[in-house]
Formats: sequence, C-alpha cells, structure tokens
Amino acid sequence: MTVDEHLIGQLANLAKLEFEAEAKTEIIKDLNRILSFVEKLNEIDTDGIEPLIYLVDDSPSGRDDIAHLQISQDEGLQNAPKHDSDYFRVPKVIS
Amino acid sequence: MSREIYEPVIGLEVHIQLLTNSKAFSADPAEFGAMPNTNISVISLGHPGTLPFFNKRVADFALRLGLACKSSITHENIFARKNYFYADLPKGYQITQDKTPICTGGSIRIKTADQTTRDIAITRIHMEEDAGKSMHDQDPYDSLIDLNRAGVPLLEMVSEPEIRNSEEAYAYLTEVRKLVRYLDICDGNMEEGSMRCDANISVRKKGETRFGTKVEVKNMNSIRNVQRAIEFEIDRQIALLESGGTISQETRSFDASQGNTFSLRSKETANDYRYFPEPDLCPLFIKAEDIERVKAAMPPLPEELYQNFVSTFGLSDYDATNLTDSKPVALYFNQLCSLTKNYKAAANWVMGPIKSYLNERALEMEAFPLAPEKIVELIQMIDQGQLNFSVASQKIFPILTENPASSALNIAGEQNLIQNSNSELINEWVQQALLKYPEKVLEYRSGKTGLLGLFMGEVMKLSQGKADPKLANTLVKAALDAR
Repeated sequence: MTVDEHLIGQLANLAKLEFEAEAKTEIIKDLNRILSFVEKLNEIDTDGIEPLIYLVDDSPSGRDDIAHLQISQDEGLQNAPKHDSDYFRVPKVIS
Repeated sequence: MSREIYEPVIGLEVHIQLLTNSKAFSADPAEFGAMPNTNISVISLGHPGTLPFFNKRVADFALRLGLACKSSITHENIFARKNYFYADLPKGYQITQDKTPICTGGSIRIKTADQTTRDIAITRIHMEEDAGKSMHDQDPYDSLIDLNRAGVPLLEMVSEPEIRNSEEAYAYLTEVRKLVRYLDICDGNMEEGSMRCDANISVRKKGETRFGTKVEVKNMNSIRNVQRAIEFEIDRQIALLESGGTISQETRSFDASQGNTFSLRSKETANDYRYFPEPDLCPLFIKAEDIERVKAAMPPLPEELYQNFVSTFGLSDYDATNLTDSKPVALYFNQLCSLTKNYKAAANWVMGPIKSYLNERALEMEAFPLAPEKIVELIQMIDQGQLNFSVASQKIFPILTENPASSALNIAGEQNLIQNSNSELINEWVQQALLKYPEKVLEYRSGKTGLLGLFMGEVMKLSQGKADPKLANTLVKAALDAR
C-alpha cells in the first residue's frame, strides 16, 4: 500500500479532519513508518492457520430481554454541549 | 419507448425493527413513540467505559425469520463495527454483523401477476442495531437528535438481485411484511419506519449476462412507494442509456409527492466503513438446542395455514389466500373451525359480515367484539333451520356485536326472529298466497314460472320473514305444480 496525498485526503475525510499541506507531508512519513513496521508481520508464514479473533471458545453471552431505565432524560442530556429540554442539538447536517 | 429490450435487475434490502422489550445491547426500552430521549442509557448514548450486553431475544427472532425462510443458520456469529460519523450515531460505529450473518440463503415465495409462484432467494439476514433519529426541519440552525431509537435491534434481510419488475418487488415486500407479522417479530409498519426498504436497481439489455451499474434508492415509506420508485428509476435509467448517457453509481432518495428520485450522494465518495470484529462482544454461538427451542415455539406460518385451509377445510385458493392475509383473521377462522365442521359457513362469516363490520369501523381483527363461540352459535342455528343467513347476518349479528355478552339464541328469541320450519304452518301461508292471486296462479300454470318469486315474497311477508326460505320455496313450488 502506498501512502500518498490522495490516501491522506480520504482518511482525513473519513475522520472528519482537515490538515495543512505541511502536516500532510509529516503524516505521510509517519504512516509509512507505521506501515513498514507492521509489514514485518508478513514475514511469518500463516498458511493454513485460522485467524484468531477471540480467545474464548464459548461464553454464556447475553441477557434476558427485560427493559429497565437507569437514567432520566435530564441526566442523558446534561453532558451535551447543546441541548434543549427534549433534544440534543447539533449543527444542521442537511440544509 | 424501448423498454422491451431492457431487463431490470432489482435487489431489496429490508430493515426489520424487532419487537423486543429492550434494546439490542442495553436494557433501555425499545418501544416506539416515547417522549424524545427518554428511552436511553449510558450504553446507547455511547458514554466512555460502557460495554454492550447482548439481548438474547434478538438472536431468537433472527432464528425465527431464518427458519421460516429455510435459511442456513450460522454457528459462530461475530459482531462487527461499522464505522462512520453521524450525529445520531453516538458511538461513531454501528454494531452489526459483517462476515458471519446469522442466516444465509433461503427464500421468500411470492405470487406473480399470472398467479404462478416464484421463490426469491435471500442472500443473508444479519443482526444489527438502529441509529437514533435526526430532525432537520424543526429549527433553522440546528438538527435535533432523539436517541430513543439508538440501539433498537434490527434484522437486515438482503435479497438476491433476481426481482425482475416493480410488481414482484411489491409482492416480495407484502410477503415479508406478512411473514414478520405472523412471526411476531416486527409490526411491519412502513409508515412509522419499523420496516424499511432500500432498493438496488439496475437495467441491462436482455441477453446480457453482466449487471448494469446499480443505483440504490432510499426513503420509501410504503410498499406502494417502493413500487413507484422502482418504476420511475427503471424509466430514468433506460432513458439515460438510450440517449447515450451512462448510469453513475449513486444513492438516490424517493420523493413521494413528485413520484421521482433525486441524487443524495455519489458512490465515488463512498464511505469506507472499515468493518472489524467488535472487541467488546464475545462471539455468539448458535447451538442445535437453540434452533430446536426456537422451532418448538414457532408461531403458525401463513403458508402452513393456507395449506391446511385448502386441504383440511376444503377452501378455494381465493378464500384461503384471503383468510391468511392477516394473522389475527387466520387465527380467528382457525378457532371457528375447531368449533364447527361447517368450514365453508365459517369462511363466509369471516369474509362477509365480520370483515364488513371491521371495514366500516376501520378496526383490526383484534378489536372484533365477538368470541368465536358466538359466531358458531349463529352457524348452528342456520344449519338447524332456526335462522336463515340474511336474518342472522342483517338482524341478529348487528345487535350481537353491540351486546357481545348476549347470545344469538337470546336475541333471536327477544326479536321474535326464530325461523319457522314447520311445514304445516308454512303450507297455510302458501295456500293464503295462492288464494290471494288466483289469476297469477293460472298464468304460472300456463308457463309464466317467473311468477314463483311473487308467491315466495307473499309467503315471506305473511310469515314476517321467519319462514325457512328453502322449505317455503319447495312448498310454494309443490302447491303451484300440483293442479
């Protein structure tokens, strides 16, 4: 994978971030270093090995479908930078 | 237009909001219609340090749907994060399934316009959580966010791209809605958004094996609007191709007031959702005993009831289809048939007086006031000749629905409506009728047999409507034919 300005643009877009041109050069360098570090993993022969995602074989996961409320509307809204008595308010997404 | 040389290719994605008590990964209530931001928890708000806790009923509901569609069930289910930023998605990712959907394969049987059946194959059914709701038109500067829906469980059901026209799409969605209602997993209300549909539409020249560029259409809040959107989109794409243009891969929205679609976003700037396994949830293992448990508790399916209505109760295809359209109606009819052997009469009562009663009042079957026993009593009284159908349905039935605690026999007694099957008494009325119109008797006997109705009317009048019409008819005819 080559890290170039186009890729940085895409990643920035996905992360909803904006970078200055010189910052971008730095990021390209950093990302390339990270990638070449991770590349090392490719040296290991993983043919025929199932990817290990979780360390548990089975788990009695899940709860019964019982509803209960633990926080109030006021408590839910209190940390929002902007809210009214009912809703969270955010800058308009669609005009 | 050259529509005949093109072939549309349509695949539908249906989101099915599940009727659980609590959300998919937290215990806050999942119910619709609460005051904004009251059904919330620190988990559905995505507060730091909180962890999801899976609601087992979500898997049970997914299994119900999968088993009903004859899908294969996945043993090891891994949840995945689908990452994107939007104000109504507090965590910044949606918990969904990516590589291991709980159900794969299976099909939905639809009836096409020529009354043949066709199975539309299902690609997958997976579990996921819903996002919150954004309102953009309430305030000039802000969007308002309600997170009651954030975390409500959904099943996403994806069809293979083998739907060939808008009528088939309509039939498919009607069947899916019927099925989820029969399974008690979703109320199937597209207007309120508890069932939502996105359509992937492309067109290609007939004979072409590759697919054309597909367009995804969203925001259709009824099955009819899905059909309209598909119609519009097929025409738009064909016109574009015919004028030398190319279809661009994009997401479009349906405008119900204009009946057209407009571009929302192009797929070139497509979101890369960067799926990866959800580290906060263990894999979910579906075991054989889970499948057996869900199977054992399966509600009756429309297809099974239909088959039973046709083979056991001897109903026509039309009647059986009509009676299985809605689950409460089908179950009511089924109850009637457990109480009477006169299945045809039971079907006629449900499709006739009961459906009219409900339609006139815009009621659902659940609101029908009469227990099946009351209808069965009416059927029996008719079978025993105590009532005829028109007296039963037009006089007794309306009074009975007003007084559901009463009984057909009581009302018939009080209103003096018990039919007379006493042939001696009826014969007296017949003789009186013949005496009243001697010259008509002669006319009848010289061949004007249409006059039978006149005598019948007279007999019914004399009996105040209580003469058993079948018996009266026989007696009138006998008296006239006997010179």
